Amino acid sequence: MLILDCPWCGTRDQSEFHCHGEAHIARPTDTEKMDDKAWGEYVFFRTNPKGIHYERWTHDHGCKRWFNAVRNTATDEFLAFYKPGEKAPAVGSDQ
Amino acid sequence: MSQKFRLPAGGRVNRSKLLNFSFDGQQLQGYEGDTLASALLANGVHLIGRSFKYHRPRGFMAAGPEEPNALMQLEKDPYTQPNTRATLQELYEDLEADSQNRWPSLKLDISAVNSLVARALPAGFYYKTFMAPAKMWMTYEKIIRKAAGLGVSPKAPDPDWYDHRHEYPDVLVVGGGPAGLAAALSAGRSGARVILVEQTQEFGGSLLSDNAEIEGAPAQQWIDATLAELQSMPEVQLLNRTTLTHYLDYNYLTAAQHLGDHMKPGTSKGPRQCLWKLRAKRVVLATGAYERPLVFADNDRPGVMMANAIRTFQHRYGVLPGRELVVFTNNDSAYSTAIDAAGTGASVTIVDCRKAAGDIAQSAASGVGIEIILNSAITGVKYSSGLKSVDVMSLNADGTGVQGQPRVINCDLVGSSGGWNPVLNLHSQSKGKLRWMEAEQTYAPGVTASINPSLSAGACNGAFDLADCLDEGFAAGAKAATEAGFEAIAGSVNAVTPTLGVGELRALWVVPCDHPLGQGKKKHFHEFQNDATAADLLLAQREGYVSVEHTKRYTTTGMANDQGKTSNINALGVVAQARGESIPQVGITTFRPPFEPLTFGAIVGQNCKDLFHMVRKTPMHSWAEEQGGVFEDVGDWKRTRYYPRAGEDMHAAVYRECAQVRQSVGMFDGSTLGKIDIQGPDAAWLLNMLYTNAWLKLAPGKCRYGLMLNEHGMVFDDGVTACIAENHYHMTTTTGGAARVLGWIEEWLQTEWPEKKVWCTSVSEQWAVIAINGPKAREVLASLTDIDLDAESFKFMDWRAGKVAGVDARVYRISFTGECAYEINVPARYGRHVWEQVHAAGQPHDIVPYGTETMHVLRAEKGFIIVGQDSDGTMTPHDLAMDWIVSKAKPDFLGKRSHARADITREGRKQLIGLLTDDPQVVLPEGTHIIAEVKPAPPMKMLGHVTSSYMSPNVDGGRSIAMAVLKDGFNRMGESVDLVLLDGTHVTAKVVDPVFVDKEGLRSRS
Amino acid sequence: MSRYSIVSLLRNSLSYHQNWQRAWRSPEPKKRYKIIIVGGGGHGLATAYYLAKECGITDVAVIEKGWLGGGNTGRNTTIVRSNYLWDESAAIYDHAMDLWKGLSQELNYNVMYSPRGVLHLAHSVSDMQEIWRRGNAIHHNNIASEFLDPEQVKGMVPFMQMEGRYPVMGALLQKAGGTARHDAVAWGYARAASALGVDIIQETEVTGFDIKNGEVQGVRTSRGDIACERVGVVAAGHSSVVAEMAGLRLPLESFPLQALVSEPIKPVVDTVIMSNGVHAYISQSDKGELVIGASSDAYNSYSQRGSFDIIEDTLQAICELYPQFSRMRMLRQWGGIVDVTVDRSPIISKTDVKNLFFNCGWGTGGFKCTPGSGHVFAHSLAKGEMHPIAAPFSIDRFHSGALVDEGAASAVAH
Repeated sequence: MLILDCPWCGTRDQSEFHCHGEAHIARPTDTEKMDDKAWGEYVFFRTNPKGIHYERWTHDHGCKRWFNAVRNTATDEFLAFYKPGEKAPAVGSDQ
Repeated sequence: MSQKFRLPAGGRVNRSKLLNFSFDGQQLQGYEGDTLASALLANGVHLIGRSFKYHRPRGFMAAGPEEPNALMQLEKDPYTQPNTRATLQELYEDLEADSQNRWPSLKLDISAVNSLVARALPAGFYYKTFMAPAKMWMTYEKIIRKAAGLGVSPKAPDPDWYDHRHEYPDVLVVGGGPAGLAAALSAGRSGARVILVEQTQEFGGSLLSDNAEIEGAPAQQWIDATLAELQSMPEVQLLNRTTLTHYLDYNYLTAAQHLGDHMKPGTSKGPRQCLWKLRAKRVVLATGAYERPLVFADNDRPGVMMANAIRTFQHRYGVLPGRELVVFTNNDSAYSTAIDAAGTGASVTIVDCRKAAGDIAQSAASGVGIEIILNSAITGVKYSSGLKSVDVMSLNADGTGVQGQPRVINCDLVGSSGGWNPVLNLHSQSKGKLRWMEAEQTYAPGVTASINPSLSAGACNGAFDLADCLDEGFAAGAKAATEAGFEAIAGSVNAVTPTLGVGELRALWVVPCDHPLGQGKKKHFHEFQNDATAADLLLAQREGYVSVEHTKRYTTTGMANDQGKTSNINALGVVAQARGESIPQVGITTFRPPFEPLTFGAIVGQNCKDLFHMVRKTPMHSWAEEQGGVFEDVGDWKRTRYYPRAGEDMHAAVYRECAQVRQSVGMFDGSTLGKIDIQGPDAAWLLNMLYTNAWLKLAPGKCRYGLMLNEHGMVFDDGVTACIAENHYHMTTTTGGAARVLGWIEEWLQTEWPEKKVWCTSVSEQWAVIAINGPKAREVLASLTDIDLDAESFKFMDWRAGKVAGVDARVYRISFTGECAYEINVPARYGRHVWEQVHAAGQPHDIVPYGTETMHVLRAEKGFIIVGQDSDGTMTPHDLAMDWIVSKAKPDFLGKRSHARADITREGRKQLIGLLTDDPQVVLPEGTHIIAEVKPAPPMKMLGHVTSSYMSPNVDGGRSIAMAVLKDGFNRMGESVDLVLLDGTHVTAKVVDPVFVDKEGLRSRS
Repeated sequence: MSRYSIVSLLRNSLSYHQNWQRAWRSPEPKKRYKIIIVGGGGHGLATAYYLAKECGITDVAVIEKGWLGGGNTGRNTTIVRSNYLWDESAAIYDHAMDLWKGLSQELNYNVMYSPRGVLHLAHSVSDMQEIWRRGNAIHHNNIASEFLDPEQVKGMVPFMQMEGRYPVMGALLQKAGGTARHDAVAWGYARAASALGVDIIQETEVTGFDIKNGEVQGVRTSRGDIACERVGVVAAGHSSVVAEMAGLRLPLESFPLQALVSEPIKPVVDTVIMSNGVHAYISQSDKGELVIGASSDAYNSYSQRGSFDIIEDTLQAICELYPQFSRMRMLRQWGGIVDVTVDRSPIISKTDVKNLFFNCGWGTGGFKCTPGSGHVFAHSLAKGEMHPIAAPFSIDRFHSGALVDEGAASAVAH
């Protein structure tokens, strides 16, 4: 059972949160100019790394706000939490 | 004679409190403080079960949770509990226990015939046979299944209840033995919040199993003083009868507290068990060590136990389960068992496979007249309705064989000791690494995982000496408290009786006998419950199942309900010895939670029965109930499906309701619709991105229907949104989509468009919704409201605020039936009041309350889709013939780009159409498929399927209608298609526009 | 390969089982193979077997990082069925079903395929619509199935609570569905493939690819480089990790999926029972354990752990449907890593790197398709062109939009 540090509320149990996958995938704006392949990559393709993962969470049973986290998917260890729009913190090298 | 193996004195049992119990129907007696195991042994009962595969007679081996054999069926339905470990089960008055896995009786078990053919049943034999003929497998399997399994499932619902507790200790100490008590004391003195859990009813652990002294007095005095001090600390909680089951990430641990298991079922009103969910800053593991049995010939015979278990039964329960004891050991520790047993007057012999024992051990044993037979091994066990004797032979130089003639030693009890294994389950569950201890030939905890900070202390850390246990416990408690932010100093005790340690251990992983291993009739068991032998392990190696996980799975080692507590290291040792490798080279398998089997009930807690899933009811639910409405589950909601009158089935009721709405008027509870209040200067911009159509110009007082797409371009929700005022909107969603849509909007707003000024609030439960539909709707509403309902000023797709039945309301003139309709929204608490007023006002028109089923028919008559029924997540607006709602002018909306992809623009996609069966009385079952070419039997190529299908009273004076998706459907209008029902019935139908009623849409605008 | 049979078992018992051969050879890797399979789970081993058996290509190595079948093959709940909605899915899963039926005999290894029936419960009107649609579709795809009304369900599963929070309104039964012994599938394929000449190389990690001019030339491993003409990657939960070594991204996410077993009891659950409405599925192993599958967690992870909440939810559902199991005890729980696509259908495909093929994305339900997946992948690797049954599962569908959306259409847990 993970434990998360919601940047809005503080440390809470995993059961209050929901994960929404990879962070920092900006929605393309000039979509008409994208080919099907580029659009498909945006919609469906993910890095899915074993190691450092920048990801999105919501504090559903709390402030209901979104935030980002950095987690090592090999160990499930969280390395950082930060608000949307904030720059992704640099963390130690991939383990 | 009762309790003939009870010693005249000693033990922690209360001899003044006699308890009656039964085993396999036999009436017996024990004392308060006994376990079922100690009480049975006090009565001389060793034969307590049959083994899993060979159905060999089995007896007790251990005195604690590592016991592999003594699993019993406790009590009768509905309280029956299969696989109860007798060594953990406390005795209570009238306890009823039965042996398992035997038929017809324990003493005469028919399946014991398996033993006779055992030679042909090595590990994995089932992978090599039962293959011919192929169809016979199910027959073989039936027999195998019957023979397998242990106890019997309860048949009646569980009458007990279970609870959960959440706690956040600074220091969690696991294990109430000397190390755990010391750790709790150090940590508790610092003021830290401490929880100490102990699996059995009594704290003291190994101190209860021996006769140690601490500070010159029996250890019990130290235990009592320690407990008294701990109990005086307000931040310390002592939990006995509590098993730590899971050590999960971020120091989340669960512990099962057995509140009612020591009482006759049904006598306690409280919960049977409580699962504690613990999030600990620091964990101290003081879980002790298990002795490991020696793997010798026929070491599974009842009466062959582990040496320390005998000592535990003697000191803790006042039971010596035999008169003539042979202790078979490869180390010094078992000498304590021999010496203590001799002290009761029992005849004791020690068979030691070493060439010499430790000096202290040897002289102490000799001093009480015990014969010590060195460099020898038990090579056979004679069992015939009880243990009779053992054969002892000398070992050869390297311990790989025996020599000379066997010496027969009569005995009724054997205690074996192959050394000790720290209890690593929880450390391993916490992802801690292990370290190999060469002298002790076992693993101890190594590096811990950084996300699970814990310390191990005492025997579970490889410190087997009592003084070391106490020192480590005190130190670990202090360190844990310090790391948790407290100022702590380690406690201490003075003089402690020295423990007879392991000394020089001779690792003899397979004790040889007079036959090569696996040949002859004798079996060397290492895994008792699953009946796996050392020969099985070697067979696995020969056959290439050499990865330790393959060996485990092929031989089922460690996969029994004790999870290999006694078998794992022995198995590794056998394999290592056979391969000429060290145990660390062989590798280890993972310990998986739970530490001790855990009832589903404890995990479920109170989240069952009425509290399993919430039930959502609308404000008008009670009215519908009173009227005899029939409900259906829609997500969490109970929705009224139809309102049958006397003698009506669903079809009759729905037929009547449908007709009445179109002829006069009906009323419908739409309160479950999702509702989202959207406000802010960018609200219109947001709607414009969320929906496929244009939203920037919707004026206050107006409503608009919209479709939402995901980024794949597929329809995922729909609904009407009203402009309440400038920058203020009221969105409705499908009932099932309410939470999903709000989450979807919030995702975009918070992560992609945070600069946009718009705020969304769920108001689904704030509003009750009463939809009045039908030609008389206006008349009914007019009698209740001050709102001007003039059709010219309050048009279709407008909304107005005003009073309805005296209540502030918003009235939306929107229609899901195609009739003139008003959806009255009032604060939820007035819902039933307004509903009743509408019902009363409608009486002159014979207003009919209708449910979801009629709603479905009426909307289908108009060709309105239900997202999730007529669309399925693979349909675009185009596929649904809803091109008209997709803006060509908007530069962007969610999902737009996906519509330009190759597969979306191709010809021949499945498209939504209407179907009219040639026989108007045939109602196609929903899900029926349209077939390209009808054949006498499947397979048949499919072109699409029926999504909605009903008998409509309103089309052609009563006929069936259907909606369907059909490949290239739009180009097939007017064509005839074939449908084949499951029973082979062939139905033909015509492809039509799916609007069956009022194609011009005049009624809704009237 | 010496044949297994009751006769050989008895004959070997005379020699105390001293003379059994190794189930599979454990050779040193050669410098070059025609085809390398990365991943020694069920699908990878099946691929190697069918390459050797049906395509005549025996110059094949299976390279496995750990031990055979140590990933999802050895961690699943052993359910076999083919009652999928879409034609494309029905084709491949039923292809597998056809192979399951004779697999023990084909491999001469008892994989204990046990068609004890798979029952899908419906608890609501929309559940009923879903099973009717799917039941009709699979019927026309010639996958035998039948609908049961509540009385018939009760007759089959007398201990089920029919009138709970979500009443049982009916069920879809696929009689050919059932279970198989998961470890045996890996071991049986390994033994048969090895006997045909395939090299099975365990404890060897692929660390990279040798790619020249956009074409794969070989693999780099912890035991040195191995050249080859073609590579098939069958790495399940780790597919994205292996793809990254070739500079590829996949439309996959890896999630934790948990399962658990109870203590063994005498037979009580004869069929596989699945409920999407209440989120529970259960069967009973030949050993007597109740085998219970949980949902996956929603966060990416390779740790083979999941959250306790998921276990709680699962057992709440089990005790709702079977209130007497409240007294049963969980013996063991574990986690696997499932590689999930957005349409809940697998990827069996070429990639942008020539001669580098992937077979992945089986999500929570790959075990049931082990023979079918291996069979069509073998043919695809042999020819260099996708087998017709595999063709719809190309990666290209995530660009064109031609998803095989089992998730959207049927909302069925796989």
